[in-house]
Amino acid sequence: MKHIKTLSYGSLKETAHKGGCGGCQTSCQSACKTSCTVANQECENR
Amino acid sequence: MIHKFKMDDVNIVLDVNSGAVHIVDDIVYSILDYYPQKNEEEIKTLLKDQYSSEEIKSVLAELNDLRKQDLLFSEDTYISNSAFTTRKPVVKALCLHIAHDCNIRCRYCFASQGDFKGTRSLMSEEIGKKALDFLIENSGNRRNLEVDFFGGEPLLNFEVVKKLVDYGRKREKEANKNFRFTITTNGVLLNDEIIKYINENMENIVLSIDGRKEINDKMRYTVNGEGTYDIILPKFKNMVETRGDKSYYVRGTFTKYNIDFAKDVLHLADQGFKNTSVEPVVAEPGKDYELTYEDLPEIFHQYENLARELIKREKEGNGFNFFHFMVDLNQGPCVIKRLTGCGAGSEYLAITPEGDIYPCHQFVGNEKFKMGSVVNGLNKERLNIDFANAHVYNKEKCRDCWVKFYCSGGCHANAYNFNNDINRPYDLGCEMEKKRIECSLYIQAKLRMTEKTEG
Repeated sequence: MKHIKTLSYGSLKETAHKGGCGGCQTSCQSACKTSCTVANQECENR
Repeated sequence: MIHKFKMDDVNIVLDVNSGAVHIVDDIVYSILDYYPQKNEEEIKTLLKDQYSSEEIKSVLAELNDLRKQDLLFSEDTYISNSAFTTRKPVVKALCLHIAHDCNIRCRYCFASQGDFKGTRSLMSEEIGKKALDFLIENSGNRRNLEVDFFGGEPLLNFEVVKKLVDYGRKREKEANKNFRFTITTNGVLLNDEIIKYINENMENIVLSIDGRKEINDKMRYTVNGEGTYDIILPKFKNMVETRGDKSYYVRGTFTKYNIDFAKDVLHLADQGFKNTSVEPVVAEPGKDYELTYEDLPEIFHQYENLARELIKREKEGNGFNFFHFMVDLNQGPCVIKRLTGCGAGSEYLAITPEGDIYPCHQFVGNEKFKMGSVVNGLNKERLNIDFANAHVYNKEKCRDCWVKFYCSGGCHANAYNFNNDINRPYDLGCEMEKKRIECSLYIQAKLRMTEKTEG
C-alpha cells in the first residue's frame, strides 16, 4: 500500500478462539501495584 | 471503532477491536475524519482544497481493502464469545501480606506507612501455610500459582518467607501445581545472603525506589527521617547484577513533587537498571502531593519525552524497558484476559497477617471488603460487589473507550476510592493510561520505521 503501512495485524480476534485459559501472570504481581496495565502480560498458551 | 493520533511526524491508527495498528500518511489521516460515514463523492467535496480526486480515490481503495481484511472498523464480537461468557474464574494469585509493619516511612504509602490502618503485625508460619493450602484448594485446574510476598516490608519477616517457600515447593509436587514466588521490597534489609536467596527462589522481584536521590529521599525515609537512597541503591545494583536473566523491576512512584518524573525513570536507567516502572501516585484527595487535572499537560509531556529518549537509547544500543510502555502487539494476552483485567476479588486476592482475605492489597484495611479468611474459608457473598463481573462491558465508561483492551477497565481500587463504585473508573488514571498506550504505539512505529530505513 502506498498510503498505509500496517505495523501490526493484531491478534485479538484470533486469541478469542483459544483464549481464557488463565495460565498467564496476574498483572498486579509484576510491576504495577496501582495503575493497571494488562496488555504487557505474556500469553502462556501459544 | 478506531483511534487515531499524531505524535511528532507519525500518524497512527489503531483498529480497536482487532488490535491492528497502521501508520498512515496525512491524506489517510484527514480522510478518516469522514470515512466510512461519508461516501466517496462527499469526501472528495469536503477535501477538494487539500487533495486531488485521484489521491482520495487511491486512499479509499486502501481503506476499503483493510476493512475487507477486518483490519479497520472491525466489529466487537467478544461479548458473546463462549470463552468469555462461560469463564469460571478460580483463585490463581495471592498477595501475601507477610508483614504489616515497615522499617521505612513513605509519605504516600497507601498502607498507612506499613500497618494498613491496623496493628503492626507479622504473618505466622501457620497462617502462611494455610494461605498456600487455600490457594491450591481454590485453584481448580490452574497449574501456575503466583504468590507475592508483600508488606509493609516482607524482609521484616524473612524467616517465615523462607519457610513458606519450602512449604510451597513440597505442596506443589503433591498437588501438581507450580508456585511462582515473587517479592516486593524497599531494600533496606537486603544483604548478600538474602540477595542470594531471593535471586535463587523468586521468579520476579520488585525493588522500590523513586528515582533521583532528592526525589526518593523526600518521600521515602527511615523512621529517623533519613533518606533511603544511599542505603538501597548499592544493594539493588548488587541484586540485579547477580540475578542473571531472571525478571526484576525497579519500581517508583511519582507525585506532584516530581512531575518531571521522566528524569527519574532515566536516572534509574542510568544506574544500569534495564527494567523500570514508575507509576503515578494514587493519593487521597487534598494531599499536597496529589496529582490533579491541571498536572495532565505536563505529565503527558513527560511521557512523550520519555518515549523519545527510549527510542534514542534503543537505537544507540542502550535501550531499557519502561513497564507501562511495554505492549506486545502480536503476542500479548488473549482478549478474554484483556476484558476481565487484573482479576482482583476473583482470581487475585490479598491475605493479611491474620489470614483475612481481601479483594486485593489496595482494599486491605477496609473492613467492608473483608471476604473471609484462610482459616474459615472464602465468603464472597459477604461482599455486595461482584468483582468477577467487573469487566469492560459492565463499565459504562469503558464500553466505547478505545483503550479498553490495554488497561482492561483500570484498577478497581482506584475506581472505588474515587467514585465509590468499582465499575466507575478513576478518570485521571484513564487519561494517563491513554497517553501511555499512545506513547507505546509511537515507540513501536518509530522503531519499525527506522528498521525499514536502515534495512
